[in-house]
Amino acid sequence: MTSLLQQPEVWLVAVPVLAACVSFAMNGRARLAVVIPVIVFVSMAMALTTWKLSDSGAYIHQIGGWIAPLGISWRIDGLAVVMLLLTTLVGAGVSVYSLAYFGDSREERHRERYFWPLWFFLWGSLNAIFLSNDIFNWYVSLELSGLAAVALITLSNKPEALTGGMRYLILALSASLFYLLGVSLLYGQYGTLDLDGLANVIERQHLTMTAMAVMTIGMAIKAALFPVHFWLPPAHANAPSPVSAVLSALVVKGGFYIQLRLMTELWPIDMTVALSNGLGLLGGAAIIWGSYHAIRQSHLKPLIAYSTVAQLGYLFLMFPLMTIGWWADNDWSSRAWAGGIYQALSHGLAKASLFLSAGVLIHARGSDNLEGLRGLGERLPMTATAMALAGISLMGIPPGAGFIAKWLMLTVAMSSGQWLWAGIMIVGGLMAVGYLFRIFRRLMTTSDEGDYHRPSRIMEYAALYLAILSIAFGLSSLPVFELLKHGATSLLGTYLGVTP
Amino acid sequence: MNITHLYGLAGVLLLAIGMYGVLIQPHLLKKLLSLNIASGGVFLLMVALAFRGESPDPVPHALVLTGIVISVSATAYAVALAARIYRATGRASLDQTGGDRS
Amino acid sequence: MSFDFILPLAVLMTSFVTGIIILMIDEARVTARTILNLTGAVVKMLLVGVMLWGVFRGHNYETRIPFLPNMDLVLRADGMTILFSTLSAGLWLLTTIYAIGYLEGSPNRRRFFGYFSFCVTATMGVSLAGNLVTFFLFYEMLTLTTYPLVVHRGTEKSMQAGTSYLAYTLGGSALILAGMVWLYGIAGPFDFMEAGALGSMHEKYHGQLSVIFLLLMFGLGVKAAIFPLHAWLPQAMVAPAPVSALLHAVAVVKAGAFGMVRVVYDVYGIAFCHQMNLLFLFMVMASITILYGSLRALVQDDFKRRLAFSTVSQVSYILLGITMFGPMGTIGGLVHLVHQGVMKITMFFCAGNIAETLHLHKISELKGVGRRMPLTMGAFTVAALGMIGVPPLAGFISKWHLGLGAVESGHTWVLIVLALSSLLNAAYFLPILRTAWFDKPDGPWNETHPRGRFETGLWLLIPPVTTAALTILIGLFAGSIFSPIRWAYLIVGREY
Repeated sequence: MTSLLQQPEVWLVAVPVLAACVSFAMNGRARLAVVIPVIVFVSMAMALTTWKLSDSGAYIHQIGGWIAPLGISWRIDGLAVVMLLLTTLVGAGVSVYSLAYFGDSREERHRERYFWPLWFFLWGSLNAIFLSNDIFNWYVSLELSGLAAVALITLSNKPEALTGGMRYLILALSASLFYLLGVSLLYGQYGTLDLDGLANVIERQHLTMTAMAVMTIGMAIKAALFPVHFWLPPAHANAPSPVSAVLSALVVKGGFYIQLRLMTELWPIDMTVALSNGLGLLGGAAIIWGSYHAIRQSHLKPLIAYSTVAQLGYLFLMFPLMTIGWWADNDWSSRAWAGGIYQALSHGLAKASLFLSAGVLIHARGSDNLEGLRGLGERLPMTATAMALAGISLMGIPPGAGFIAKWLMLTVAMSSGQWLWAGIMIVGGLMAVGYLFRIFRRLMTTSDEGDYHRPSRIMEYAALYLAILSIAFGLSSLPVFELLKHGATSLLGTYLGVTP
Repeated sequence: MNITHLYGLAGVLLLAIGMYGVLIQPHLLKKLLSLNIASGGVFLLMVALAFRGESPDPVPHALVLTGIVISVSATAYAVALAARIYRATGRASLDQTGGDRS
Repeated sequence: MSFDFILPLAVLMTSFVTGIIILMIDEARVTARTILNLTGAVVKMLLVGVMLWGVFRGHNYETRIPFLPNMDLVLRADGMTILFSTLSAGLWLLTTIYAIGYLEGSPNRRRFFGYFSFCVTATMGVSLAGNLVTFFLFYEMLTLTTYPLVVHRGTEKSMQAGTSYLAYTLGGSALILAGMVWLYGIAGPFDFMEAGALGSMHEKYHGQLSVIFLLLMFGLGVKAAIFPLHAWLPQAMVAPAPVSALLHAVAVVKAGAFGMVRVVYDVYGIAFCHQMNLLFLFMVMASITILYGSLRALVQDDFKRRLAFSTVSQVSYILLGITMFGPMGTIGGLVHLVHQGVMKITMFFCAGNIAETLHLHKISELKGVGRRMPLTMGAFTVAALGMIGVPPLAGFISKWHLGLGAVESGHTWVLIVLALSSLLNAAYFLPILRTAWFDKPDGPWNETHPRGRFETGLWLLIPPVTTAALTILIGLFAGSIFSPIRWAYLIVGREY
């Protein structure tokens, strides 16, 4: 038992996977008896992992005691823990929400029976992605999370959800193949799969460049980067609302996370400059394109899904901002890095909250037509508040967490004279106001027509909890930056106070 | 050109053929078959890379086994999903059914 | 956690916590809400009073919370803070009283009072902000929390007004954000400082600093309704009268004007601005706005729209004053921040009273209103005469100092602007007074509520009479120790 307490990171994967098996065996009954312990144990494991990290710094966990190159290693550092924190916070909110989400009809019970095992499985595999330090293990975790995600999308049983899920499945499998191709090329040259081991021996050559190209394509598809984002809106908009929340907040971050790790830790930095600029351009295009389409949607969930396309663009803007500072004697790279990670965190919290709120509103009206939202603000003030708070963070307005992210990235863009990126970020923020206020202004109107069905308070609380978090992280960013310091190189940690 | 290169090139060729199929075949089953051809290509490449000296490296074999297991289960799930799509829409393709017409 | 640390935070929390509680309690619990509102407002007044006394004795109240590595959120009370926060806290109390009477029996009062409290929190935050980031945080909070109040009626027209309000102000915010990020990029983190924080910047940055100055000032100019960025203000008049009164007389436009004061004096420093020739452009823009607003006001028949254009014109006096390089002009601008607030809120209160009691919205309908509502029209008359600049009322004090400032800074052409503007003020206010006092009413009054002991509800009557009295008092006793003009002298002593 003491060794289990000494290795809390194991529980971050083991508890959800175990819960998946248990809830599958239990036919979906006694869900409270499973869900609450899962939340408690995962949160405890998360707290212990965070404590261990702050206590002793970044560390490597060898699974089963096997040492690389044969064994698989996990790496617990600031970046991993911040992402794990995101999955824990969002996972807890989504789990509580889902307790009340499903109805009592036979069909609904049937959906719920499969929801829990799949969701726990997804949770566990996402945590595995964030912990992993091994390029093949990433492939396995990505496939697991992808399959679980598709199955969750198709739970809603609408034809659009089925085809949306299928399109996502085919793209996800193709993306994994590209990634796997890169993995085999790297293994063929260097004979190891361990990220640290590879980073020590990697050098600039043609096959490495090819591996970088195909792995980037794979991760761009996974992270729904423009122009391979087209699978995202139908898949995210037609899934059941708690699933949409998880997909937008967490699943797409998996691809981004791997890309970030590869860019900062694996590829020789002189190889990444052109690639970074390319990713930045696509990210910028995603911001404009996604926001434009979000403004044009007539339904709530497609609007939020297109907003995800736009917000993911910011994540890829961090790459050119980071590379501009590779050789500069200042903190630009560090700021861009911290800002990008903060964007992943803030978008995860805010977007999960927004999708959960959308689920509440759809529950209340029975449709997600924007026009049907009129008057709901007065009936559901808590949900309206949650949407407003999450919206503040998405728009990048202080004190939302999104402001911290955009502030850091904007300061780099403007100090280094990259006016294009700065302009795109500012315009993107205004466009976010444009599409979000299409929701808010309808919630504000007084005319109240249409059916109304009182949604569960638990759902409202879960959405509000995530919205409050998205503001709380905007008011106090220092704890996160304190965590990020651990294991950061002196180049990426300058701004956070890491000294060489 | 040695035998490893030949296998490797064949693998890449299969991957290309498979990806081409995924892109242009409208029928879902054909898309899935193409995906399997593509993954076969990647697996072939990995097995070929295992032979880099006197004795073969066992690690790629283990990786390929893992990959095959994943590929089989993914394909099984995808086929089941395709069947459900056919029952729900009467079509076995993704065209004209998506909700993504903005 | 010393008292000095807590006090600025407490000033914010009195209204913020009130707002949250109001949003949480039931719509139907009117008494509880009224008590909460009034308690919050009175406690805030008292706390601001304590702060005023402390600052007067040279005490330093500061709350500093780490926000980012190397950057803090700072709340600090200095002379300018006191000027603005005393004004807002006092007028908040009066407007709350007014709003309770005005909205009696109307729907959605919970939302209204909740966001009303948040707005005041934001305004207090703007006045207490000790650096640009903190200022920006509350400035944005003000924008967002005002939106529900502008669209409060929920009609199509108010929705349009709300959209245009957002488009203008958030567009302005984007400019401020760009300027601010740029400025932090070249100057590093800095706090507001009396006499300016940037005076020591190297000369090679002066070009960039000029561009940043323009970004910041034009961004702030949207809320301060500087021509041609003023169009949202008359549109936003669809909001209920208390919103027009507090927000448009005080909170929103003043936040813009106050931001300009901060940028010119505490970021760049007036001497530095003068040295870089940044001020003249804004003097001209202010003069144009003063004349343009007055001309537009002249032709409005809608009562509130005439007042709105008058606001556009009057707020630019502040900008005019603070961009004249010389203590007298500065004093005139700063003191007008307070004077204009007190006078204009009186007018909106009166317009609201007439609309609420007699359902009259047009100036041509006001015939004989003075006989039916003598106290309301009396208050309006005082405020109007003050605006025109009749001595010894508050407006005269402002204009006198502005005139002195114009002479002192060598821009004598400003005197012509001031004279013309006063003529125009007279031209659009005096006809209202003539119609209301001397014309005969067309017929019986269209009254829905039975007439009580007073000409209208007591809740509606107390606020305008109080502010009208204030207009007289701060003019008459301009020399006393706590008059706004003395504070302005105090501040200017530290800025030059």
